[in-house]
Amino acid sequence: MTRVFISRDSTALSLGAEQVAQALQQQAGDNITLVRNGSRGLYWLEPLVEVETAQGRVAYGPVNPEDVASLLDAGLLAGKQHPLYLGNIEELPYFKNQNRLTFARVGITDPVSLDDYLAHDGYRGLKNALNLQAADIVKHVTDSGLRGRGGAAFPTGIKWNTVLNAPAEQKYIVCNADEGDSGTFSDRMIMEGDPFVLIEGMTIAGLAVGASQGYIYLRIEYPHAKIALNQAIEAAYKNGYLGENIQGSGKTFHLEVRSGAGAYVCGEETALLESLEGKRGMVRFKPPLPAIVGLFGQPTIVNNVISLASIPVILDKGGEYYKNYGMGRSRGTLPLQIAGNVKQPGLFEAAFGVTLREILYDYGGGSASGRPIRAVQVGGPLGAYMTESQFDTPLDYEAFAAIGAVLGHGGIVVHDDTTNLADMARYAMEFCVEESCGKCTPCRIGSTRGVEVIDRIIDNVDKTNNTELLRDLCDTMLCGSLCAMGGMTPYPVLSALNHFPEDFGLPSSKA
Amino acid sequence: MQDYQSQQPTVLDILAAHRTMPGNLLPILHGIQDTLGYIPSDAVADIATSLNLSRAEVHGVISFYHYFRTTPPGKHTIRICRAESCQSMNGKALENHAKQRLGIDFHETTADEHFSLEPVYCLGNCACSPSITIDDEVHGRVSPEKFDQLIAACKGAN
Repeated sequence: MTRVFISRDSTALSLGAEQVAQALQQQAGDNITLVRNGSRGLYWLEPLVEVETAQGRVAYGPVNPEDVASLLDAGLLAGKQHPLYLGNIEELPYFKNQNRLTFARVGITDPVSLDDYLAHDGYRGLKNALNLQAADIVKHVTDSGLRGRGGAAFPTGIKWNTVLNAPAEQKYIVCNADEGDSGTFSDRMIMEGDPFVLIEGMTIAGLAVGASQGYIYLRIEYPHAKIALNQAIEAAYKNGYLGENIQGSGKTFHLEVRSGAGAYVCGEETALLESLEGKRGMVRFKPPLPAIVGLFGQPTIVNNVISLASIPVILDKGGEYYKNYGMGRSRGTLPLQIAGNVKQPGLFEAAFGVTLREILYDYGGGSASGRPIRAVQVGGPLGAYMTESQFDTPLDYEAFAAIGAVLGHGGIVVHDDTTNLADMARYAMEFCVEESCGKCTPCRIGSTRGVEVIDRIIDNVDKTNNTELLRDLCDTMLCGSLCAMGGMTPYPVLSALNHFPEDFGLPSSKA
Repeated sequence: MQDYQSQQPTVLDILAAHRTMPGNLLPILHGIQDTLGYIPSDAVADIATSLNLSRAEVHGVISFYHYFRTTPPGKHTIRICRAESCQSMNGKALENHAKQRLGIDFHETTADEHFSLEPVYCLGNCACSPSITIDDEVHGRVSPEKFDQLIAACKGAN
């Protein structure tokens, strides 16, 4: 029986992977074992069909259901030539040149098979953690140099240490899976493609700080991730990897998935905690930090999916191993997400230090439309628009901060020269109007005023004064907002204004 | 709109099932919307009583979250992504086309009650923009023509 792989990842499904799987199952019948894997993240090739051969996994793509008959005729099951033949998938430069630490198994294994997970080095990190003192687990994480992959880049080890040292009967591990930034999908890919690695990471976090309950706060827009997570959680419970007495250690960790309800601001950690408690997702004042007073008033680790999914490899191979990747104070790898108007969109896990230009042109292949790339927004809707002259910036938290940009969650949205940046600036304010929790004035009112001021600039009304007013308003939002929602909305607005003044009908800075 | 009396047993069952769960309000609201398609305004009093909250608090939570709705949806809910990645691939044109094709704006339902149209901010399908969902199914690289085909397929299946 030949093993054939077709992804169950939602982007692959959005391109018809389910129909391809059905056609193949129907036509190849008993000759194949069909595995529904995660996606390798080479999305321009999805739906991808991979066949296990003596020469490795041979891929074909992008496959339509009507291609299946000719593929089988050509000898798909033996990995023979066909116009859609791509060769050994792992030899493609886009895949080969990555440093897949966190995504080691994604696209390779059956995401909900515990056996497959164990066969591919799964739960080795937990095994090590069970033999360590809590403080030593935290030390590995601190040594790894891992910083919060949600976007804020706070050192994970320091956060864990704070929770470890906070005395309480009950502590919590909360996974922030409210991945709402446009251009990001790495959390989704992990949850759909290797849910066990997140479960393992959270379990280790529980051991490290003495928390017996975990929650995954998952955005409602990710139904397939919810299915995969719940299947994996069930298997973990059944096999003693969750629940009481984990692997005979006497340690307890329970885990549950909770659904969000379409509020972007709930990606902010304190709003998320409010939402988990069953309230409006209103941002809390800090301090106290959630590490001291978090969920239900108890010490809580709130970490992003990728942060937690990076823990198992750190505990398996040691903090030093992870730290050897990267540059400066940005250690390890960042799963980059190349999206928008780009020819070869996908996930690219790389050590920090790779430049934006390499990602955009060497791997992304330039724009999808074939037109020049004009602007790139990195780090989601609250990230700055970057211009051609900044494309040589290495992907590093500090290097980005130095030029007023943010790396955030590693999402890169490409725009060609048909994009009007004044429209994008207006949209940034409009998005803030839509998603502000309403607690602080600069964000709640400032965003509405921001839309109005930008409209006046675009409509040529008292341009000089209104531009000054917009800058002043951005300054107020930046300095006076309670969280990043209002505090960072000025990033896309001001970067658009500074780099692309001509789109606002202002004199070009490049003249 | 349905009579609340016929819906109330469902609401009370969902409330009973979640009684001891910490932070149970969102799971309860999801449970009701998953079953009834929306959260009837008459359910607010029952929820408030069960959770020992004021009706204002329950209403405040329902109205805070974009996903919760208080009116029955059409047979199919279409969500169109408005976020940056989809905009970079002509999402705006798709949005306008969809509104014109269905003859409704966002947050509205067609007169034949076939389709409700909602905006959404990112579906995590940014590698294949522009994206929409029809009920729980995501569709990528949706051109206006593909949108029409998907709509036609939905109608055909009914």
